[in-house]
Amino acid sequence: MSSEWPLWEVFIRGQHGLNHRHVGSLHAPDAEMAIKNARDVYTRRNEGVSIWVVRSSEIAASSPSDKGPLFEPSNSKVYRHPTFFDIPEEVGHM
Amino acid sequence: MYAQLVKTEGTKSLEEMTAEERAFQERIDRGEKIEPKEWMPEGYRKTLIRQIGQHAHSEIVGQLPEGNWITRAPTLERKAILLAKVQDEAGHGLYLYCAAETLGVSRDELMEKLHNGTMKYSSIFNYPTLNWADIGAVGWLVDGAAIMNQVPLQRTSFGPYSRAMIRICKEESFHQRQGYDIMMKMAAGTPEQKAMAQDALNRFWYPSLMMFGPSDKDSVHSTQSMAWKIKINTNDELRQKFVDQTVPQAEYLGLTIPDANLKWNEEKGGYDFSEPDWSEFFDVIAGNGPCNKERLGARVKAWEDGTWFREALVAHAEKAQARRMASKVAAE
Amino acid sequence: MATLDLAVDQAALFECLLRLGDNTLVLGHRVSEWCGHSPVLEEDIALANTALDLIGQTQLWLGLAGEVEGKGRTADNLAYLRDAAAFRNLLLVERPNGDFGQTLMRQFLFDAWHFEMLTALTRSADKRVAEIAAKALKEVAYHLERSSDLVIRLGDGTAESHRRMQRALDDLWSYTGEMFVTDDADKAMAEAGIMPDPASLRGPWEARIRDVLAEATLAVPTGTYVHKGGRKGVHTEHLGFILADMQFLQRAYPGATW
Repeated sequence: MSSEWPLWEVFIRGQHGLNHRHVGSLHAPDAEMAIKNARDVYTRRNEGVSIWVVRSSEIAASSPSDKGPLFEPSNSKVYRHPTFFDIPEEVGHM
Repeated sequence: MYAQLVKTEGTKSLEEMTAEERAFQERIDRGEKIEPKEWMPEGYRKTLIRQIGQHAHSEIVGQLPEGNWITRAPTLERKAILLAKVQDEAGHGLYLYCAAETLGVSRDELMEKLHNGTMKYSSIFNYPTLNWADIGAVGWLVDGAAIMNQVPLQRTSFGPYSRAMIRICKEESFHQRQGYDIMMKMAAGTPEQKAMAQDALNRFWYPSLMMFGPSDKDSVHSTQSMAWKIKINTNDELRQKFVDQTVPQAEYLGLTIPDANLKWNEEKGGYDFSEPDWSEFFDVIAGNGPCNKERLGARVKAWEDGTWFREALVAHAEKAQARRMASKVAAE
Repeated sequence: MATLDLAVDQAALFECLLRLGDNTLVLGHRVSEWCGHSPVLEEDIALANTALDLIGQTQLWLGLAGEVEGKGRTADNLAYLRDAAAFRNLLLVERPNGDFGQTLMRQFLFDAWHFEMLTALTRSADKRVAEIAAKALKEVAYHLERSSDLVIRLGDGTAESHRRMQRALDDLWSYTGEMFVTDDADKAMAEAGIMPDPASLRGPWEARIRDVLAEATLAVPTGTYVHKGGRKGVHTEHLGFILADMQFLQRAYPGATW
């Protein structure tokens, strides 16, 4: 029997109510222990208020070779960024 | 440093490279990070596995010389600080193993290679910690040398390695300071304490210089690793920087660096200093350091004694999963 | 100080604070012995967290003990300059680590008691005690969650892990009774509303461990013999060696600062 524990990816929500952020990985036999281990490994310096874990093998990732088609089309959609629009100063903050 | 004996193939010129290799090298030259699933030369992958793996091994073997004094730390606060620091090293090993795993090797495989001697760890951890000031000296000198190596590695080309180094450097900022703090107390303490501090410096000075590895001015391996940005500075550059930084710190403590040839060189703007005894370095790497057997023995014992524990938790997780499935089926 | 009530037996309070601080000191020491030697990195890190919590609690309990004693002794003085006979910890916490299963079983049996004790102490009439307990309780609630979970997993893991956990439980069982023995100092503290009567903790402790051990498929031992003495300063041979390690520098270089 292989005793190697599967790998988990760890996501932590920091103190300030931001999104969960990927902080690293660890090994654990199941999800419950992965959460406990994440608490011990990745919040030693008071970094988190909430933890997500997901098995690394369950993550579906975009393929590096699709980088062009996936991400470059958005380069031309400059109007999605607020700086695209010139608003006269007199209008005030917008 | 942690790549003391990592060998790579010689460097190819851009003209000799295949189109893929050239595109890869150009990405690195532009400062782009390489991510795990992207194409990379087999040599890059292999070299990184060895380097990150040995770096990880160094962290967990590095727990042992300091761990040696946790139960003997002289105050409750020192005990807590030392324990927190040695715990951090376990954490750093963990981050690094995970970074190596993104290259398609498992942590257990890397452990296996540590245990059977086919992968090394930094030679420094084969030296003993004989008195309490050694704990100060390890933090001050050994972590000081390590930080010097690790800070530039935050910019290394491989994304997961770079991110692990960023986290590690952030956490490590207190390690060297706590070591120096111990040295300050010892150097300003009773004559016996000061003697311990000097003794610790005497024993750790040259092994610390060895941590940067032999001169690599003419090494083809280093040239390739530097082209790939998995090595950022030469061993000699880092060693010089370390000496220049450490000498004034020793002076502040009123301790003497055990090198009669140590002298400020105005022209180069750095200290001249004696080379460590490289035959000792190769002896230690070959397994003949003062503590090689204890260090590796302790790791192997921890692993073997823990087999039943790791297996049991896998078995329990499988049982629990099966029970969940069964109750789901029953409910349907 | 507002809470210093002259009607409260200060010697008994000192005694009972030593018991709390010596438990965490000695167990923290034992647990810290694993650092660098655990079966897997994640556990190495988790156990070090437990040890760090216990060392921190020691500083608080022994610090308060020194204050109550009023002779100017600090937490460090009490930890490093008393001999074994002056230590008041339970025999359970000085038991050797054994294999990882024994360490976890010892932790679980202690945590389950520690949790009940601290919960009661948060209601202490002595505000200083209640404050320390409130801080420690958060840490210990997690220790207990972790050690219960691991005892269940290992009891109900493989045949080998089951055998090891049952053996650990059988070996340690006769050291658990000491947690619930009441003496005059305890009575004085209970009457003053400062600490619970240890005997009162047995019910909830037993209920919890029976639940966990049942889920772990482990048999609760039937033996009733109780090893005791630690709380009165009569220890096992192990404590002397723990102190030889722990106190070496303070003893060899008296008066030095570190």
